Amino acid sequence: MTDQDKTPILSLRQIRKTYGLLEVLHGIDLDVYAGEVVALLGENGAGKSTLSNIISGTVQPSTGQMTWLGAPYAPTSPRDAMDAGVGMIHQELKLLPQLSIAENIFVGRYLKKAGRIDRQAMEERAHSGLRRLGLDISPRRVVEGLSTANQQLIEIAKALTLNAKLLILDEPTAALGGEETQLLFRQIERLKAEGVGIIYISHRLDEIRQIADRIVVMRDGSKVQEFDSGNVPVRTIVEAMVGRSLERMFPAIPTPADVTLLEVKDLCSALGHFRGVNFSVSKGEVFGIAGLVGAGRTELVRAITGADPIASGAVLLDGKDITPKAPIDAIRNGIVLVPEDRKLQGLVLDHKISENIGYANLAEVAQGGFITARRMAKFADQFIAKFGVKGRGSQNAGELSGGNQQKVVLAKWLARKPRVVVLDEPTRGIDVGARSSIYDTIMQLAREGVAVIVVSSDLEEVLGVSNRIMVMAQGKQAGILDRAEANDVSVMELATI
Amino acid sequence: MTAAKEQAEGTSFDLRAALKGTTGPLIGLILLCLFLTFATDKFMSVRNLLNILDQITVLGIMAVGMTLVILIGGIDLAVGSVLALAMMVMGYVANVLGLPIALGMVVALAVAAASGAISGLLITVFRVPAFIATLAMMSAARGLANMITDGQQIVGFPAWFSLLAFNRIGGFLTLTVAIMIVIFAIGWLYLHYTSGGRSLYAIGGNLEVARLAGINVRLHTTGVYVVSGLMAGLAGIVLAMRLDSVQPTAGVGYELDTIAAVVIGGTSLTGGKGGIFGTLIGVLIIGVLRNGLNLLGVSPFTQAVVIGVVIALAVAAETFKKNQSRFG
Repeated sequence: MTDQDKTPILSLRQIRKTYGLLEVLHGIDLDVYAGEVVALLGENGAGKSTLSNIISGTVQPSTGQMTWLGAPYAPTSPRDAMDAGVGMIHQELKLLPQLSIAENIFVGRYLKKAGRIDRQAMEERAHSGLRRLGLDISPRRVVEGLSTANQQLIEIAKALTLNAKLLILDEPTAALGGEETQLLFRQIERLKAEGVGIIYISHRLDEIRQIADRIVVMRDGSKVQEFDSGNVPVRTIVEAMVGRSLERMFPAIPTPADVTLLEVKDLCSALGHFRGVNFSVSKGEVFGIAGLVGAGRTELVRAITGADPIASGAVLLDGKDITPKAPIDAIRNGIVLVPEDRKLQGLVLDHKISENIGYANLAEVAQGGFITARRMAKFADQFIAKFGVKGRGSQNAGELSGGNQQKVVLAKWLARKPRVVVLDEPTRGIDVGARSSIYDTIMQLAREGVAVIVVSSDLEEVLGVSNRIMVMAQGKQAGILDRAEANDVSVMELATI
Repeated sequence: MTAAKEQAEGTSFDLRAALKGTTGPLIGLILLCLFLTFATDKFMSVRNLLNILDQITVLGIMAVGMTLVILIGGIDLAVGSVLALAMMVMGYVANVLGLPIALGMVVALAVAAASGAISGLLITVFRVPAFIATLAMMSAARGLANMITDGQQIVGFPAWFSLLAFNRIGGFLTLTVAIMIVIFAIGWLYLHYTSGGRSLYAIGGNLEVARLAGINVRLHTTGVYVVSGLMAGLAGIVLAMRLDSVQPTAGVGYELDTIAAVVIGGTSLTGGKGGIFGTLIGVLIIGVLRNGLNLLGVSPFTQAVVIGVVIALAVAAETFKKNQSRFG
């Protein structure tokens, strides 16, 4: 490190963020110096995104101070932050594919001469920004068709053209191959030499050693550890990431029967999200699927339940090939999906609870094809009572709390008496009480001989409810662990391969 | 909740469900009728009211099909053109080919249903947006209607044919009004009492939820456009009876009247909300308004302005009510 980093360019003191009653950041202190790369690490939901959104002006902190280049800093919008010299490069690129590189760089702040857009000046400045990153592409070229790595570099060039002195890179290598990653790293080195500070967020722990000067580890909204060097063993980082959080209560797990119910053979996604997945689930078994966001877990279970197309491979039930082409194929075979996003995929929010439960059971509710609202209400009431939904059938689903909405989604599927239940992030965003009742429901299903698949980003949850855990990484299965050998460290090691 | 209360709620359920979301338009219709009763001396007479029913048959029949389309979040711009195409096909079969007019009607309905099927398949299989698919069909069907006779009208149907639209059975309803009432009844029963009808609400409410719930979204969507085409065809036959002639320029702009009636009746253009009862009220509002403005001697140009204002007010009132209950 050089001597220009005696005083930090950015300091955060006691930054807190609350949403309603929920505090998601608990007093974060952080310093970033010019010309260094700080790796910000943590599990999904540790608070990395919230923190970087606060620094880049997307989210405002509830309390706490920030200092930028020696002056108080409180951006109220990304544009504020960018004008001050803080640029954030998002994981999902935000370029406009039909516009040229120069237009993308200056969108919203076009350079003007006599009231008209000064294309020439924009192209010249864009070109110098690109050259700074060692990119020799014409700024007149449209963005569409450029490789992901190059698009990433254009985002960076955009920030640089706006004189960014701090860059936040959110998972910049998530979509990059090995060579492209090295290209990006070379550019990062170049920026460091120019004195740009970089906050680097990544799940790929193996690359941290190569790029980071310091490491900050977050967990559950707090900064838990700081390493003054990037050269830290992966295992040490993982232990800091998973740590020891509050013990949660999980119900006892029943022992599965020795009868295979569901088999997945060499399954490949038609959309390229995952490939070569093999596993089987027994009657009464709870099969957990762990992995990082983007590892292909959701896409895998959507394919098994017919929601997404399958390119090759097979899904077998009782040894019979039932590879589904549409959701109805899976449903007819008793395989149901409680999807990841209950608001967008699970419920029609401005329709009644009774209707929502009815939609998955129309054949059952209709007698000879005929349905009455009364019969639908009666049918739904049974399950509203059974699953303890706090609401009336005539209420709109959107009026319920997250936990009760999830119970309605469970109710609509369990009313069909399924043989395989797939739950994708079953307790995301719901309160503790509703959580434990969902865990109870899972165990009850297992006791009844249903095969249950639980996808969760919450490590403790997968560890707590599963008989076995499959870990996915980058679209492939990284391994299947028995309950006895699965712990937070062994799962995270597989997930971050 | 006690069993008795639940029972009471159960029995009044269907009526409330039918009225849900239509109270605004219903009040508007009643106020309109009250106003016209006092403002004119001819409005509140059996004869005039039966006249209004005769005048809304074409619009009413098409609006039933359009309600289904809008309920699933779609739109059908082709209905006016399909109406003309069906008319011309019927006239051609009956008067140019000299075949029985009943056969002409069957062929006309088949052609209309087929044009709906084409729109539906364009939307579900080729993923063309409904607006564009039906816009294309609107143009194509109008062109075909003109091609049949090179733009000429066809006249000279048997006398009994047009009498179907004018003879009041038992001195009361014409056959065409009876057909409209039956269509409304079938539409209402379908939406309220069949799993297919409930599925349309689910599709309009959230297509992905419906698909994941195992509802055959493609089949239902295509089916809805077939029904819409079929209704346009039937409306074409009814219009032929009323005009005692068929012409390829008939039904220009009807798609917009139809959409207006459905929207005034409280069916949401974003799908998932609304129903046939509201559409009936919407159709009646347009019919009563036209009739009343005629009785008041308002010029057709001014009438168009008034109807425009009514559409804007009706939708603004509904949106306002909805937002108030959400944020209030």
